[in-house]
Amino acid sequence: MEYNGSAIIAMTGKNCVAIAADRRFGVQALTLGMDFQKIFRVTDRTYIGLSGLATDVTTLNERFRYKVNMYRLNEEREIGTKTFAHMVSSSQYEKRQAIPEFPWRFGPYFVEPVIAGLEKDNTPFICSMDTIGCINYAKDFVVAGTATEQLYGVCESFWEPDLEPEDLFETISQALLNAMDRDALSGWGGIVHVITPTGVITRTLKGRMD
Amino acid sequence: MTLAEPLPTGGFSFDNVARNAMLAARGAKPPKATSTGTTIVGVIFKDGVVLGADTRATAGPIVADKNCEKIHYLAPNMYCCGAGTAADTEFTTALISSKLELHSLQTGRQSRVVTAMTMLKQMLFRYQGHIGAALVLGGYDVNGPQLYTIAPHGSTDKLPFVTMGSGSLAAMAVFEAKWRANMTRDEAVAIVNDAIEAGIFNDLGSGSNVDVCVITKDNVEYLRNYNRPNERGVKEQSYRFPRGTTTVMSRKVINFVDVIEGDAMDVTA
Repeated sequence: MEYNGSAIIAMTGKNCVAIAADRRFGVQALTLGMDFQKIFRVTDRTYIGLSGLATDVTTLNERFRYKVNMYRLNEEREIGTKTFAHMVSSSQYEKRQAIPEFPWRFGPYFVEPVIAGLEKDNTPFICSMDTIGCINYAKDFVVAGTATEQLYGVCESFWEPDLEPEDLFETISQALLNAMDRDALSGWGGIVHVITPTGVITRTLKGRMD
Repeated sequence: MTLAEPLPTGGFSFDNVARNAMLAARGAKPPKATSTGTTIVGVIFKDGVVLGADTRATAGPIVADKNCEKIHYLAPNMYCCGAGTAADTEFTTALISSKLELHSLQTGRQSRVVTAMTMLKQMLFRYQGHIGAALVLGGYDVNGPQLYTIAPHGSTDKLPFVTMGSGSLAAMAVFEAKWRANMTRDEAVAIVNDAIEAGIFNDLGSGSNVDVCVITKDNVEYLRNYNRPNERGVKEQSYRFPRGTTTVMSRKVINFVDVIEGDAMDVTA
């Protein structure tokens, strides 16, 4: 988790959800990139953020895209957000880790996914997972990455129910920006997707570059 | 990545083990899994079983989920509380639940609690404790109300009142003081609530709300958030930011369009 560093959040609003991430790609203290993609489009209305080991972020994105494409071909419909979350969960658990005494006996992917999307009836759905696929459903917000503690802190005070898309954007952006400033391993700009029933608004944020 | 690589057919995969051992050797820290530092209990009363659980999930010292569900469905007449590694309790109970459904369809009978208990203990024993699930299994079958605990290594106990998880000591203290044989439903629910509350308030790994599940002959009452002793206070002021607070570098909008099916394609020769 600390090898590359990341910060990801998802929040619910009124008939909308937002998912945000930092853009740093680094190896321990050495920053190598400022445009690393950690949030991926799954369907029009479902996005997934992958925090953790960068090699696994890339691998899992390809794997999930493969599985979602196979689902679309087999079922002749798009995968639902909740269904996708369970698919991710099972993929993670398949490579689960063992008890602390033998942490390498099983081999998990070092990734904590965050999923955000709108259900068929436009109800917001967000969830996060640990590295072995235990789903954490939340009504309000979910966080992942090296800035987890900071994100929990700011989200717990900033978030309020029924935010409109524009207000949700400000809330999630400020939560991300302020949490990242107290985490050395994440930052270097941010990206925010706000998913609404009519479309998706993607914005990149100006952040501290230190 | 080989795109033609077939998808796994089930079971655990050990593909990443060598890679992870290499990462460990280079000093990368293993990530923490969500665990349910938990209080879970069960009691047999006059005409059924009561199961109880708190609703806190933790990842190290962080509260990962303030209101998670720890009483899992196994069969229409059976539920199972889980403590330990959260993903393990979730997936183990889901797997056994599916096996029980197939088993009862095959035999044309309602599942028995011993059957579920045996399937669970055999699975956990096979994995020698690596699947960190500590369970309290309760149900009602042809032999009446049944209550078991199953430890991660596969050992089981059959007792009239049981507790498990990090709050088991606090909860057991309540049971030892208040339990009596042949209680009524309401008495049983009351001591289960008290036992879980003891865990919530005295064990740091347990917290938030009390979930209760009452299983009797042909009936299940799943009382989600039966008691909420830790309601969050209402915020007095809002931290809502004025629009335009955040500096935006770029903005891109994807608008959805409705695709309306046109006339069917003309396929006449």
